[in-house]
Amino acid sequence: MSNIANKRQTSGVDKILRVALYTVLLIMAAVYLLPFIVMLITSLKDVEEIRTGTLLSLPASLHFDAWAKAWSGACTGNSCGGISPYFLNSFQIVIPAVLISTLLGAINGYVISLWKFRGSDLFFAALLVGCFIPFQVILLPMARTLGLLGIANTTTGLVFVHVVYGVAFTTLFFRNFYQSIPSELVKAARLDGAGFFTIFYRIILPISTPIIVVTIIWQFTQIWNDFLFGVAFSGFDTQPVTVALNNLVNTSFGGKEYNVDMAAAIIAALPTLAVYVFAGKYFVRGLTAGAVKG
Amino acid sequence: MSTKTANSESQKTRAGRPARLSLADWMPKIVMAPTVIMTLVCIYGYMIWTAVLSFTNSRMLPSYKFVGLDQYERLFNNDRWMVALTNLGVFGSLFIGICLFLGVMLAIFLDQKIRAEGAIRTIYLYPMAISFIVTGTAWKWLLNPTNGLEKLIIDMGFEDFKFDWLINPDMVVYCLVIAAVWQASGFVMALFLAGLRGVDGDLIKAAHLDGASTFTTYRRIILPSLKPVFFSALVILSHIAIKSFDLVQALTNGGPGYASELPANFMYTYTFTRSQIGMGSASAMVMLGCVLAILVPYLYSELRGERHE
Repeated sequence: MSNIANKRQTSGVDKILRVALYTVLLIMAAVYLLPFIVMLITSLKDVEEIRTGTLLSLPASLHFDAWAKAWSGACTGNSCGGISPYFLNSFQIVIPAVLISTLLGAINGYVISLWKFRGSDLFFAALLVGCFIPFQVILLPMARTLGLLGIANTTTGLVFVHVVYGVAFTTLFFRNFYQSIPSELVKAARLDGAGFFTIFYRIILPISTPIIVVTIIWQFTQIWNDFLFGVAFSGFDTQPVTVALNNLVNTSFGGKEYNVDMAAAIIAALPTLAVYVFAGKYFVRGLTAGAVKG
Repeated sequence: MSTKTANSESQKTRAGRPARLSLADWMPKIVMAPTVIMTLVCIYGYMIWTAVLSFTNSRMLPSYKFVGLDQYERLFNNDRWMVALTNLGVFGSLFIGICLFLGVMLAIFLDQKIRAEGAIRTIYLYPMAISFIVTGTAWKWLLNPTNGLEKLIIDMGFEDFKFDWLINPDMVVYCLVIAAVWQASGFVMALFLAGLRGVDGDLIKAAHLDGASTFTTYRRIILPSLKPVFFSALVILSHIAIKSFDLVQALTNGGPGYASELPANFMYTYTFTRSQIGMGSASAMVMLGCVLAILVPYLYSELRGERHE
């Protein structure tokens, strides 16, 4: 039987089909790559070459002026220092927000899976809804609250917002991961006299590395790429890089410098792209973890 | 069920060692408290707050003078809102439809023991790691009529070629579709590829032994077994569509005029720049309603499925 199958595979029709298959796959790959290639080419041209050439015409020589200008000289609406200060702002928001939300998620997941109490399952369901609400519904009340707390337009305020609305996802990740740990493990440790934190620190955390990596990468990407909270809750000098990029692209004094726009866009995308290239496996796992249960 | 057993167990042990366990009993609740408070206040509390505001005549500052459903009436008489809602319908259905089609197709193609599958997969999925603002910036350049794709095609010899969707009020919403599909279709591919890899291999072998062609096997056996993946993808994509805000902001800034605005942009503009908090809140509640209409049936079936397992 398997012989027949093998023979069928090598027949002429199948060969043509396979060539067609590869052609389609490669064309699609080119389509997905094209925007990035165009961005890169454009960022290396000077303004004159952009005006005369087409999207795909290569620059005569490499100009890095657009990159330098995007980094430290382009105007983003209220200042002309490039996007570098905002790039650093993003890091100042992302790092604490990722760490706090991941830690909270780990502890919540630990409790919900292994220390169930009356109502903990119900609370988890309620929290899950928090993953999905459109944030427009909380935008205005949150703006008032940040004002009342005196942290409106500050980095602290943005970190707070990202933690509050990130915890639902991080809890979901850790809960699903810890769900497979047998509860006997915790019971046995309790009989041996280990307490809540000892068990977490000595038994649970050491086996959590994969889910910690997935969660950190997920949160990093989400918060770095955020625009809505950034534009609603940041001040002039605490804007994240996405907001600065949007200002740069949409406010034009005089001629439009597409090469600067493209260089700035690539800079804004670099951190998450780097994470994707170096830890793509975990990135994909995070993407599918929310969607496919288990 | 499970909470009940957990409870009776802690009671059992409490009888054995009372002093120590009372703290251990409280500890899970204490560490969960910050999240519980944050969730109750910042998700459910704020939701109610916005709901209340949508029934008031709030303009620049929240006021608590109730006007019934007036804001909703004004909202649905507002031309700009109706444009945004129509755009969401067009954008959402095309975005979801094309993403699902491309995602399923690419996943099946990639599942044919392709050489360099990993590299190709990486290329399909990388846009998902990028911010919608970056995507919008890139496509704004690609789609601009003077120097973008239009010029590229004209220079290739097609001199009558015209591609001005970005500045054409009737077509601009399709620009949003193109950019969003570029960003999210690889994600759908990844979902389905993971699903395909999870299909029972024996089932496929049996079908082949019975003489079913590859095409029939996919149509009759493999794809029907991926129904859960299909629903997950549907929910996630509609969720992305309803929440879409940044892509519009970067790609078209809502324009020309307000021809390409989506509800999220309407809500932001009316609440924060046009001082119409009441109507902005009403529009946010309509968005919430859309999400819940999709989410509740999905979560319900998910949870029911879990109980059966």
